[in-house]
Amino acid sequence: MEDLKKLSEAIIGGDAQSARAITEKALSQGIDPVRIVHDYMVPAMNEVGRRFDCNEYFVPELLLSARAMKSCLELLRPKLASGGVKAAGRVVIGTVKGDLHDIGKNLVAAMLEGGGFEVIDLGVNVTPEKFVDAVKNMDANIVAMSALLTTTMPSMKTTIDALKNAGLREKVKVLVGGAPITQKFADDIGADGYSENAPGAVSLARKLLAA
Amino acid sequence: MTEFFKNLLRNSPIVLDGAWGTQLQNKGLEPGEIPDIWNLIHPDKVYEVAKAYVDAGSRIILTNTFGANKIRLSESLEFSSKVKEINKRGVEISKSAADGKAYVFASIGPSGKLLMSGDVTEEELFETFKEQAQAMADAGADGIVIETMSDIVEAVIAVKAAKTTGLPLVACMVFDSGKAKDRTMMGNTPEECAEKLLNAGVDVVGSNCGQGIETFLNICKRLHDASLRQVWIKPNAGLPTVVDGKTIYKTTPEEFARFVPDLINAGAGFIGGCCGTNPEFIVQIRKVLSGS
Repeated sequence: MEDLKKLSEAIIGGDAQSARAITEKALSQGIDPVRIVHDYMVPAMNEVGRRFDCNEYFVPELLLSARAMKSCLELLRPKLASGGVKAAGRVVIGTVKGDLHDIGKNLVAAMLEGGGFEVIDLGVNVTPEKFVDAVKNMDANIVAMSALLTTTMPSMKTTIDALKNAGLREKVKVLVGGAPITQKFADDIGADGYSENAPGAVSLARKLLAA
Repeated sequence: MTEFFKNLLRNSPIVLDGAWGTQLQNKGLEPGEIPDIWNLIHPDKVYEVAKAYVDAGSRIILTNTFGANKIRLSESLEFSSKVKEINKRGVEISKSAADGKAYVFASIGPSGKLLMSGDVTEEELFETFKEQAQAMADAGADGIVIETMSDIVEAVIAVKAAKTTGLPLVACMVFDSGKAKDRTMMGNTPEECAEKLLNAGVDVVGSNCGQGIETFLNICKRLHDASLRQVWIKPNAGLPTVVDGKTIYKTTPEEFARFVPDLINAGAGFIGGCCGTNPEFIVQIRKVLSGS
């Protein structure tokens, strides 16, 4: 299994080309795709998150690793699906109404995709109605909202209220993040979780769905 | 460094202005509304912000042009074709408020796009910043401040683009990442940023926004040691907190101004405030300076 250790290394090193080539080879050798994901790819992304936490990695490294992960998952997803294995979850993500910042939101979306989630990106300046429609139509189980402005943070609460009014609040876990957001704010508005960074959002999403 | 700065710094430290965005919000700017377009639709309110800083004793004031670039304005149907006009009016409003009592440095903020993710190319960024800088120069700005940059690559492109105007140039990074909050979002240290910005031809390096004034002492010292020049510092009034749906910045003008002597010891030559600060902060900074 020498090859698959190299898969972990390629993801940690952000080398999408090698990671994809190794995945291709492993699949052609008939290795179980579930094992590839669980034993080699997920631990690799966890290691990336750990390095981010101790300042060895910053945003550029995160993006490269997420890209490598995504490239492998493109090959693996059809096999996983035909084997009856579902995505880790389906996320509707967007920057809230009135807010046009997309860097943080895109980074979280990339990390969630790398973490095996299906991600539906609604873009920036997303109204509560648009979040509600997407949850309804896409059958999502996670709503992830980003706000970079103190003036747009209240839109998160408006969106949670809209989900409640539409009878969808119990169906989804709500994650919030962005520079001005705090755990306390997340608690106050009734969100299910807050993460201060992108790798944290992935483990949080997993934890909330498992609960 | 240009003669302009050499002459100016004979009387350092130079007191800058405080926040614009949060001041405009107090005057009715709506959440999500692009502040820069107020140069065209509410020039009187923008003038009031500028004038209040001049009256408080700022020796350099900025302009309401932080987001007035082609990429950001492309989000507005009505104003996307008015990049030059918005920048021109921004400089004119600040100049008229300054009335010869303060210099006007025009503000250039980030594009809001991440180069690394491929949302924008280096060429597009260069052209975008060049167009904005040229409009500022044509309107008679005394200098240009490139601020709130998280990506040193983008900041260097902005410096090179603004450099084509020949105006005095300042470039400031945001250091808010890493355990010690001394890295940019992309992981660069103050030393790396200072070196790259100076190589690109900037006159003064600095830091703004960030995590509250106490974290700026270390960053200021490191920027100073790396650039061997006096540093431009504009911290937030702490991190915002939300109380009863209203955004509050907890650092008071007096608390903020208390850090000024230490900042000067750490190499600051230009001191003002970022988000959450107001003319009272400038008054308090001047008070501390006149007492020292």
